[in-house]
Amino acid sequence: MIGYESPVRQDILTKLGFNGKITVGAVCVYPSRVKDAVAALKGSGIPVASVATGFPSGQIPLELRLAEIKQAVADGAREIDIVINRHYALTGQWKLLYDEVKQMRAACGEAHLKTILATGELATLTNIRKASLVCMMAGADFIKTSTGKERVNAVIPVGITMARAIRDYYMRTGYKVGFKPAGGIRTAKEATNWLAMMKEELGDEWLNNQLFRFGASSLVTDLERQLWHNATGEYAADHYMPLG
Amino acid sequence: MSGSATATPSAAKPATDINEIFAKMSYGPAPESQAAVNKWLQDHGRKFGLFIGNQWVHPEGRSYMKSVAPATLEVLAETMQATREDVDVTVVAARTAFNTWSTTPGSTRARILYSIARHLQKHFKLLSVLEALDNGKPFVESMNADVKLLVRHFYYYAGWAQLCETEMAEYAPLGVIAQVIPWNFPLMMLAWKIAPALAMGNTVILKPASATRLSALLFAEIVAEAGVPPGVINILTGPGSIGGYLCAHPDVDKVAFTGSTEIGQGLRKSISGSGKKISLELGGKSPVLVFDSADLDAAVEGVIQAIFFNQGQVCCAGSRLLVQESVYTKFIEMLKFRLGKHRVTVSLDKCTDMGAIVDAEQLRTVQSYIDIAREEGCTVWQPEIVVPTSGYFLPPTIITNVQPVSRCVQEEIFGPVLCCMSFRVPSEAYALANNTKFGLASSVWSENINLALEAAHAIKSGVVWVNSHNIFDAAAGFGGYGESGFGREGGKEGLFEYVRPSWQKRPRPDISKIRDVREWSAATPALPPAPTSSPIASTSTSPASDHVDRTWKIHIGGKQRRSDSNHYYTVKTPKGAILGQVPDCNRKDIRDAVEAANLAQNSWANSAPFLKSQIMYYIAENMQCRREEFASRLSTMTGVSMEEALHEVDLSIDRMFYWASYTDKNGGIVQETPWKGFTIQVNEPVGTIGIVCPNNNPLLSFISLIAPAIARGNTIIVVPSSQFPLCALDMYQIFDTSDLPPGVINIVTGVADHLAKVLVDHQNLRAVWYFGSAEGSYHVEYLAASNMKRTWVSYGQVRDWSDRHQGSGHEFLHHACEVKNIWLPVGETAF
Repeated sequence: MIGYESPVRQDILTKLGFNGKITVGAVCVYPSRVKDAVAALKGSGIPVASVATGFPSGQIPLELRLAEIKQAVADGAREIDIVINRHYALTGQWKLLYDEVKQMRAACGEAHLKTILATGELATLTNIRKASLVCMMAGADFIKTSTGKERVNAVIPVGITMARAIRDYYMRTGYKVGFKPAGGIRTAKEATNWLAMMKEELGDEWLNNQLFRFGASSLVTDLERQLWHNATGEYAADHYMPLG
Repeated sequence: MSGSATATPSAAKPATDINEIFAKMSYGPAPESQAAVNKWLQDHGRKFGLFIGNQWVHPEGRSYMKSVAPATLEVLAETMQATREDVDVTVVAARTAFNTWSTTPGSTRARILYSIARHLQKHFKLLSVLEALDNGKPFVESMNADVKLLVRHFYYYAGWAQLCETEMAEYAPLGVIAQVIPWNFPLMMLAWKIAPALAMGNTVILKPASATRLSALLFAEIVAEAGVPPGVINILTGPGSIGGYLCAHPDVDKVAFTGSTEIGQGLRKSISGSGKKISLELGGKSPVLVFDSADLDAAVEGVIQAIFFNQGQVCCAGSRLLVQESVYTKFIEMLKFRLGKHRVTVSLDKCTDMGAIVDAEQLRTVQSYIDIAREEGCTVWQPEIVVPTSGYFLPPTIITNVQPVSRCVQEEIFGPVLCCMSFRVPSEAYALANNTKFGLASSVWSENINLALEAAHAIKSGVVWVNSHNIFDAAAGFGGYGESGFGREGGKEGLFEYVRPSWQKRPRPDISKIRDVREWSAATPALPPAPTSSPIASTSTSPASDHVDRTWKIHIGGKQRRSDSNHYYTVKTPKGAILGQVPDCNRKDIRDAVEAANLAQNSWANSAPFLKSQIMYYIAENMQCRREEFASRLSTMTGVSMEEALHEVDLSIDRMFYWASYTDKNGGIVQETPWKGFTIQVNEPVGTIGIVCPNNNPLLSFISLIAPAIARGNTIIVVPSSQFPLCALDMYQIFDTSDLPPGVINIVTGVADHLAKVLVDHQNLRAVWYFGSAEGSYHVEYLAASNMKRTWVSYGQVRDWSDRHQGSGHEFLHHACEVKNIWLPVGETAF
């Protein structure tokens, strides 16, 4: 199963003198592929995550959304990425949103709950902050910016708003909630900005895959290119790096 | 003190092993290269002369001073100490250049300023690295603030050079400008001074601060490369005494200074009465108001920007934190948490929050303030962070448990030291904010726009930032109230510091025979006229037997009052006939008048412009009803013909109408800064103004001076012509019948210079306009330096009040207004 354990070329890691272990935080799939993914990752220790609740729009009845979560969990997903009800957020019906996410939380059982705010559709930083707090109060283990399908995905001002909501929630309750920016992060440089943002706003405790994840499938190629550059002083080409 | 920053080099040493880096997730060094700067310094043999007439000049026998990098104590170069002889030579070069530069078309000057901006951009990195090295500030800041604004200023003022013939048609350049700048933003201050001066057609001699000379010298070379004619920009390095000599040089026409209030006051005194213009950007103790409705996380970052930007060595640093009591404890905790992550590094490390203090002396000064705070029982806190041991470093410092009387609250520290206080209600916050001799800047933090704007209105400072701090741009004026100085830099308002009305020649008053101030302002109480004097001349046609004696009074707080002195002096016709007896007022009358004017100030300033205009039109209307009577009085009093007198009355009525029109037409503009939001320039009233009127055209000059002042919301104490006071006193009946609120105009008669001194000395008066002798102008400017009130004096020049430009030009508006720039950000939509 080489490749699941290390998404980075081993020769680059060797050149850098790195002797630790690097894996992805999780492999995220649609609900219908959870069984296949679980089978494929068997023994790797890498969790399977599943999007659910009518991803990406969430526009299906609540019963079906809850059923979808239960099915994915039953199929072996250890993490569930739900999308919040944007209608409730945009009309200020925060209590209804809270109740809905709470039911989703219950449907997850032991699985981790990541709530996708779809920040690109929430329009204002105030809405983003309120949605972040409502989701955390309803039991989210992670809050996540985007489905990757919105017109605007993860951007730093949104990230700061969400990180500060996490900090505020932690200060008040003692619960550490994770953060996942998703969509649009394609370069090592951008990833570094996000890391620095997390370090400054939340601290080193948040700089690991238990509390911080990138949802960015194409990022790994550029990370490898930059690691190559660091190891050799030469600029690297995409096609020398295995597809992520 | 819960902890102190200790320098532990081992902890500061960055991880080099990748596994360690991965485990620790700590920042590594991110150094900027010094190579280009080293090459430039080497090319000059690390030794610099003076830049005069676009050439490096190395006169023999001069001494040199070392330029040291405060972050590493590396000696960068040696620079020359100019002598008086060098100043004399430079002034001649600048004067010669002025003769052609001032007559160069604006469009040509615009292209040269544009060329400067272009060439500065080409050397952006070099300038940024040199500035950071020489000053100790972080390279990230020199690049993103100092040099960016340097370039921006030259672009912006290139535009004003292009437009000056139309937009500044009423004005002409001054001549040779002496500019003395501080060490905290060497290039930015240079740009603020040079760009507007050149745009308006002046030539300049700039003296950089001794601690930071190098970037100005690099700038000089770039200027020559950009094609600026020789002598237009000259850079002289030298000790402070040479700055003083330069400013006092008789062939210098204006002094522009940024620095400490103490030195600014000294300069003001040293050139008093000389006819030179002066602009001063001085100290501050700017408040940061954090309300419970603020986005507290954002406000914490705002406070960091307010007080730790440039190591707090910023004249508008937000050094007084005022937090609403309901969130005070939480906010201070948040601030301390944030400061625990503060990074203090050498200038060229790009991963930093703060660099080095400029030199050992400044470091000692700041440390001594911290010591004083401890001695005074305040609580000093510094985070436990690593601070470099290589140079002049200080950790960020916050002081709590302070009192309004604590020295750290009262005095400008000019370092990374923040004093924290709390308040309960907005009015208390405004009172604390305004409880200062300064008035440079402030910031207001609240998501409640009504509250934020109310605060922006209530705080008396030249700049108010809403939900932001330390934002600057060439298009917005910067400068303060009170002891923060006078004049504005930036924006169109910044141009007026570098021009004079076209009709006016540079005043060169003879001040060789100035009497002692006590002699100048002396007054013996007036006595009754001797018995042999002429009978009382009446302007009325009634027979002498029917004549009822008229007792002329003064006008204070809307009341016609007798003078506190109970002395009267006699007003006579030019032929010696007695016209009447008017109060010979004393200092107590001025005291009462200032009190009345201050009492009326707030409500008059805030009354609707429409109401002000209605009152002023009504005054004009009532003057019209008594047109002949006014003319008759003028004619009898001054000896002019009835025809001439009628003309003066008509002009006076017209002038009242003219300024009434301006009550609602000079509120301000939206400045076009490159900022996401609105920068609003508001023309506020100066406040209370003392006005000493001249003797010529006693009615017209009186109206010409009081009308623009009250039109723009000022309340005034006016001393009419001592020789011809009666028309002004006739006016109080008109004021009383024209619905003018009590205290807006207060009239005090007597010996003008005697009263002028009381006015200038009065601390609770914002400005004095003095239209009198050259000697009086000298004393007014000199005395005003002590309390830093704005002055406008005539230097003994007589102006033609009937002339539209001389009697009602734009300069009247300029003197009647205090410019405030309010920065309002926008930003709610996430993208």
